[in-house]
Amino acid sequence: MTFKMKLTGALMGAMLSTTAFHGAFAQEDTIKIGVLHSLSGTMAISETTLKDAVLMLVEEQNKKGGVLGKKLEAVVVDPASDWPLFAEKARELISKDQVAAVFGCWTSSSRKSVLPVFEELNSILFYPVQYEGEESSRNIFYTGAAPNQQAIPAVDYLAEGEGVERWVLAGTDYVYPQTTNKILKAYLMSKGVAEEDIMINYTPFGHSDWQTIVSDIKKFGSEGKKTAVVSTINGDANVPFYKELANQGIKAEDIPVVAFSVGEEELAGLDTAPLVGHLAAWNYFQSVDTEANAEFIETWHAFTGDTKRVTNDPMEATYIGFNAWVKAVEAAGTTETDAVLDTIIGVTVPNLSGGYATVMPNHHITKPVLIGEIQADGQFEIVQETPAVVGDEWSDYLPDSKDLIADWRKPMECGNFNVATGKCGGKGS
Amino acid sequence: MTYRILALLFTLFAFVAPSLAQDDPRELINALGEANFREAEQLIGQIAQTGDARVVPMLEAFAEGNLFVRKADGIVVTAKEEGRNLEAFDALTGESLGEGPKAAFTKIRVNNNLRRALRSALGGLTLLSPDRAVRLSAAQAVLQSPSPENLELVEAALAKETDAEVKTRMEQARAVSLLASDRSIDEKRAAIETVASLGGREAIGILMSASNSLDESLKPDLDTAIAQIESKLRLWDAAENVWYGISLGSVLLLAAIGLAITFGVMGVINMAHGEMVMIGAYSTFVVQQVIRTNYPGLFDWSLAIALPVAFLVTAVVGLVIERGVIRFLYGRPLETLLATWGVSLILQQSVRTIFGPTNQEVGNPSWMSGSFMLGGMTITWNRLWIVLFALTIFFALLALMKKSSFGLQMRAVTQNRRMASSMGIRTPWVDAFTFALGSGIAGIAGVALSQIDNVSPNLGQAYIIDSFMVVVFGGVGNLWGTLVGAMSLGILNKFLEPSVGAVLGKILVLVLIILFIQKRPRGLFALKGRAVEA
Repeated sequence: MTFKMKLTGALMGAMLSTTAFHGAFAQEDTIKIGVLHSLSGTMAISETTLKDAVLMLVEEQNKKGGVLGKKLEAVVVDPASDWPLFAEKARELISKDQVAAVFGCWTSSSRKSVLPVFEELNSILFYPVQYEGEESSRNIFYTGAAPNQQAIPAVDYLAEGEGVERWVLAGTDYVYPQTTNKILKAYLMSKGVAEEDIMINYTPFGHSDWQTIVSDIKKFGSEGKKTAVVSTINGDANVPFYKELANQGIKAEDIPVVAFSVGEEELAGLDTAPLVGHLAAWNYFQSVDTEANAEFIETWHAFTGDTKRVTNDPMEATYIGFNAWVKAVEAAGTTETDAVLDTIIGVTVPNLSGGYATVMPNHHITKPVLIGEIQADGQFEIVQETPAVVGDEWSDYLPDSKDLIADWRKPMECGNFNVATGKCGGKGS
Repeated sequence: MTYRILALLFTLFAFVAPSLAQDDPRELINALGEANFREAEQLIGQIAQTGDARVVPMLEAFAEGNLFVRKADGIVVTAKEEGRNLEAFDALTGESLGEGPKAAFTKIRVNNNLRRALRSALGGLTLLSPDRAVRLSAAQAVLQSPSPENLELVEAALAKETDAEVKTRMEQARAVSLLASDRSIDEKRAAIETVASLGGREAIGILMSASNSLDESLKPDLDTAIAQIESKLRLWDAAENVWYGISLGSVLLLAAIGLAITFGVMGVINMAHGEMVMIGAYSTFVVQQVIRTNYPGLFDWSLAIALPVAFLVTAVVGLVIERGVIRFLYGRPLETLLATWGVSLILQQSVRTIFGPTNQEVGNPSWMSGSFMLGGMTITWNRLWIVLFALTIFFALLALMKKSSFGLQMRAVTQNRRMASSMGIRTPWVDAFTFALGSGIAGIAGVALSQIDNVSPNLGQAYIIDSFMVVVFGGVGNLWGTLVGAMSLGILNKFLEPSVGAVLGKILVLVLIILFIQKRPRGLFALKGRAVEA
């Protein structure tokens, strides 16, 4: 009896929805969102995963009934790791495909390239990767970590927890490491570290011959003070770097390396047994032991059909950004940019590490900082977790930006308000 | 009957009584369950102080992250994984306590500080081990993590030690621990000398960290000791730089040597050369996958098996490219450049589609891991093997070109195609096989490079510029030029790097090559004769 009723109900529902589908224009039936991640070229290695993550989130949301009663539809484009092409593809997504919001970009260069497009066409970008800060835009939400949500707590952990007094800041030669190291150097010196106890070293993209640099690090570390390496080495260069560390016998007990760009995915191509104890600082690790995360990993494995695919921090940032957008759209009752920008500030969504992330007026979010040690199985074991930290768009440790704040609430709506002069504008974008 | 029970009770007491007397470490171990990192560090010290040899396996398990708290009763146990379950063992006796689901246990976390504390504690506890190798590594552990608490243990062990090598190591360990203790100045002065005899960066590190706590009057001794070690090291540093240069050079040689044939000998600007290297690396990955799943015992041989596989695979790919694309484009270098560049993109994306964009794990066989000391410099095994491998390939190729009839035909065709053709040489096939040979060699270079670089679809791109640089600099069409070019670029790079940094170093090398090519457009070893004019 009850079963029969349910069945009829379901059938009628299905009939209704199909009539609704046929009754209106297909275009108005779905809400389109853009996915702007490189699927070819050098960045494909990291960004393909994020494309898959967005597609998974869309599928899950549609299972729950979509947004505002409409299904979501992901429009995927491939900017091919080519920064100018990011701007073109973004323009195409916004004006041609009429997407409501875009999830995308990994490198800062690609973000800088699309920023004017999003401001000009007034659309929304969710940027899911940790970055160097020093930027605030009305149309961009930074769901990855700012330096104060990753770099600074990591350095604090090493200084307090492991008694580190000497620092090697090693990075790839581009904007993120340069700016992060500038902030870190200023921060360390403000904490009383002498200039000769900081060694800064840059290498080209994809650097593969680490012999000299690793032996320099060894030398720098053997001068009687506890030394650590803060690594902002990016992408492919990490594998030969860690191989060289292991081969030259640098153990984590003696000279720990803390990395900001090395996650589960990067370790997947490495024998991690000799690297046990080296650290990474992120806002999420696959090994986070919460129910939400277990569910997320299970969905991910089911979606990709591969139980070996790891999850990582930018995926969690994508997850947070996506859910915040859904919530803001539902609050606004429309996907129209200005309305969503109004409702999204203050939106709080659960993160995967058992807490909540809130979208702040500076378009950054609150995140806890996790410090993890590499384990022999390529996962991280969390050795420290901080309470949620608010992302700092303009670093307090750089003389140029220490007086600046961003606040995108009405009536202020300013991305770089100088608290000393009380004026908006003048520096940055 | 009563007698038996009494006897049993008596033996029980005999067992229990002494352990009660020497203050059972069990309580300390169980306290680890609730300790934070800082408290755990102190507990490890206290556990080591008991001097009870039974705690050694438990401390080792702790260092490896195999120490757990049983949630039901808060007892600390060592455990190993049994599928979804954990098999628990008594932390002290090693008796099995039965299996339980993983959820019933909480892992006791270990961080770098604890690992250091454990290393030092284990060093102290195993100094008296009957096994010579264990004693040696114990002395080494004490040496690396000096603590004044270990001093007496080392001295006790030293008094009993008979083996000469272990004894010297222990004396050094004693000296290191002594510097941190509150012994007399004279003893410390002697200790400084012993530490200095260690040599190397390590000794400088120990002396410099000791310098803050030492008495003022010892400063001059300390300074002379450090100065002495440093002057010795200076020479070794230069030697180390040369070695790094040679090993970078051999990597360049490997990447470029296949190109020396396709570009140097045949004059084909092959932009897909890097992708041949990449395919070679992926062949290694596939071979290792097969070995891992089917014949794990053969893993150390995986590279030897991968070599012919990679050669064949890439040679066939090369042959197909030559027959399918390049043979229509001989004599039109710009079109070849564009066509092969297209081929390289196709190959990259196909590999990305088949294997995914992420890095693939290629393992190092045991004989290619780690390093050894040669005097004052560290030489890593993988680099040493790559240098030897690159030279072997080079000489094998040289022999093939100079001694075999195929080499003769190849040279004949490239020097004067029409003459060779009229002598009865089938020039199209010589072209095809020459190209296949160059590709095959790039493939085996990929096997070697998979050991030091990532195996990802981008592997080839990283080497293509370097390869052309080496071939053009060395002199097009000359194998010796490729060897000398690769080595000199490698060494030049490594001597620039420490002073100007890796980024500027690379730029400077490029600038120097541009200037050099301006002066000598035909490179270091220019070909002479009719071929040049043609």
